[in-house]
Amino acid sequence: MPTQTREIETLANREYKWGFITDIEAESAPPGLNEEIIRFISLKKAEPDWMLQWRLKAYRHWLTMDEPHWAKVHHPPIDYQNTIYYSAPKPGKRPEEVDPELLKTYEKLGIPLQERAILAGVAVDAVFDSVSVATTFKEKLGSMGIIFCSFGEAVREHPDLVRKYTGSVVPYSDNYFATLNSAVFTDGSFVYVPKGVACPMELSTYFRINAKSTGQFERTLIIADEGASVSYLEGCTAPMRDENQLHAAVVELVALDNAKIKYSTVQNWYPGDKEGKGGIYNFVTKRGACRGVNSKISWTQVETGSAITWKYPSCILQGDNSVGEFYSVALTNNYQQADTGTKMIHIGKNTRSTIVSKGISAGRGQNTYRGLVKILKGAAHSRNYTQCDSLLLGDKCGAHTSPYIDVHNTTSRVEHEASTSKIGEDQLFYCKTRGISLEDAVSMIVNGFCKEVFRELPMEFAAEARKLLGVSLEGSVG
Amino acid sequence: MKLPLLEIRNLHARVAAPGGREILKGVDLTINASEVHAIMGKNGSGKSTLAQVLAGREAYEVTQGEVRYKGGDLLELSTEERARDGVFLAFQYPVEIPGVSTSYFLKAAVNAIRKHRGQPEIDAKQFLDLVREKMKLLKMTPDFMNRAINEGFSGGEKKRNEIFQMAVVNPTLALMDETDSGLDVDALKTVAEGAVSLQRPDNAILIVTHYQRILQYIVPDVVHLMFDGRIVMSGGRDLAARVDTEGYDWVDKEVKQLV
Repeated sequence: MPTQTREIETLANREYKWGFITDIEAESAPPGLNEEIIRFISLKKAEPDWMLQWRLKAYRHWLTMDEPHWAKVHHPPIDYQNTIYYSAPKPGKRPEEVDPELLKTYEKLGIPLQERAILAGVAVDAVFDSVSVATTFKEKLGSMGIIFCSFGEAVREHPDLVRKYTGSVVPYSDNYFATLNSAVFTDGSFVYVPKGVACPMELSTYFRINAKSTGQFERTLIIADEGASVSYLEGCTAPMRDENQLHAAVVELVALDNAKIKYSTVQNWYPGDKEGKGGIYNFVTKRGACRGVNSKISWTQVETGSAITWKYPSCILQGDNSVGEFYSVALTNNYQQADTGTKMIHIGKNTRSTIVSKGISAGRGQNTYRGLVKILKGAAHSRNYTQCDSLLLGDKCGAHTSPYIDVHNTTSRVEHEASTSKIGEDQLFYCKTRGISLEDAVSMIVNGFCKEVFRELPMEFAAEARKLLGVSLEGSVG
Repeated sequence: MKLPLLEIRNLHARVAAPGGREILKGVDLTINASEVHAIMGKNGSGKSTLAQVLAGREAYEVTQGEVRYKGGDLLELSTEERARDGVFLAFQYPVEIPGVSTSYFLKAAVNAIRKHRGQPEIDAKQFLDLVREKMKLLKMTPDFMNRAINEGFSGGEKKRNEIFQMAVVNPTLALMDETDSGLDVDALKTVAEGAVSLQRPDNAILIVTHYQRILQYIVPDVVHLMFDGRIVMSGGRDLAARVDTEGYDWVDKEVKQLV
């Protein structure tokens, strides 16, 4: 029904609620990228020389690279010389003082800092533009030997760990955006969980881009030592601005023998307006290495924001019996474009991977699943299961699936299932004959579609994800 | 004088598409509270369309006529408003909603109706008690509630689920669209008895069916025969019995004689 389609579109067109701008004094680098800027960033962050040299090596390599265009996304050329690569809220009078405006911002976002964190039981690192502004629960975690701090602090306080693992999963030369990040990254989070320790609480980072014309290039490194386990959450928002802003992050995960890392993301960067103006370009490289035997890395992502999402959280299954998982919900509406998926590289014996991808397209949104399952010769008896489902709302959007499967032994097994469906007029009518409004019916159907992914999210995040999809599923049984 | 619960006058409806075919060609029907009516007719006569038009399906466009429900204009109301005001359609082909549990779906329905009546949301205990009672009535197992609505259900389970939902929301006007099709004898009996138990002095049931076997369990006060978009004959149970023994051909002949 045309009227029904219009109604669904109206629903999909709800406004971005996190679009406020915080008025705080910031210290920024001039726009543009050159070795001077990189030296400036490194100096600002009081880094040791090896870190600066690594940045410069990456920068020089980046100059030899071309922006990739294989993804199914379209955008005008990005002017890398017109982006600001460093912006930091000016420090208060005392060194430990956080700008009250900044705290208000985080309150608006619902992020628990300080006392609120204690109530919520979640340790939070918050990154505002380029710097980490506060890390909660540091002492409690410290007593167990867990390190949870900003990346910048880790470079200064734990240089051995940072030096050993940074670039070990995503090399500085990996790809155009990861290489750019390696040159100019400003902050991010660092986590180290020592041998045999199960981190007792969810660790969380909240990223916010505030300043105008600023790119955000954070870098996160998580290491779970032998037998350790940790669950990490990442959330992100940005103000509404007319111009496109660049976000090129790198996340590296390392799981040693018998270690487990669960990494969950709710990405809600500003998606641009209804005409497709503005919004974040989200070009992110996330990769985890299951280095040890029996290790496990699980990615869960809910991608609702950004004008463009280019992101493939991957697992390198090196240790025998290691397990990689990828659960994803990607929603695109208006003119949003998402090209997202995963890579599962099976190297060790008996390695297993699971991929569950749910793409939802509305408005003129374009949604592509792109995934690679590669099973090397030595990865005997490995298994992969992939399920890719697409849901279309309306008739102007698109869903695309590009799975690549590359198997080099005969003892492994790969399964791939895919489906594309529309929200049916009959489904909506069915809900409405039960008194359920169109809005609630759409939410219900979309959430039902995403259920397999949402149940992988930690509880509080699952709630946020459902809300983000415009839904209240509270009280649901089963 | 007591107002009828439902009063349909000269109702015309067509498929809501350019050049859409007219399906209802002047339906007249009056249903009083406490009554059970059955509409019989062969495939394509328009009986299911009538049920769907009453429930508010947007795939059909009403071009003429009026429908009064509880004294108000039913056609003015949206599908969900009709439902909240007591109109319930038990589907001929219940729809699957993957990932949405029957429990969640039903709770949303109950709360939508309660909200309309200005009542607070049902609390968990109340809901559980209500659901358990009705599940017993329909002889259903508890795992039903946690399964995604109609997903992977057998034909019989789907129909049972429809009447179960009907029992939970307790409607004023129940429209049962070919509830009997695809049910074996035992299931038919359970489902029909469930429906009968819902009868109250202030509500009514309209059964749309091809066969009279369901009418053995839900005894109708009035049986209507539908032919080519109109109700052409109304009578008692004997009309249903005649259809059962003679089929629908005699209806065709009698209608043609009238023309």
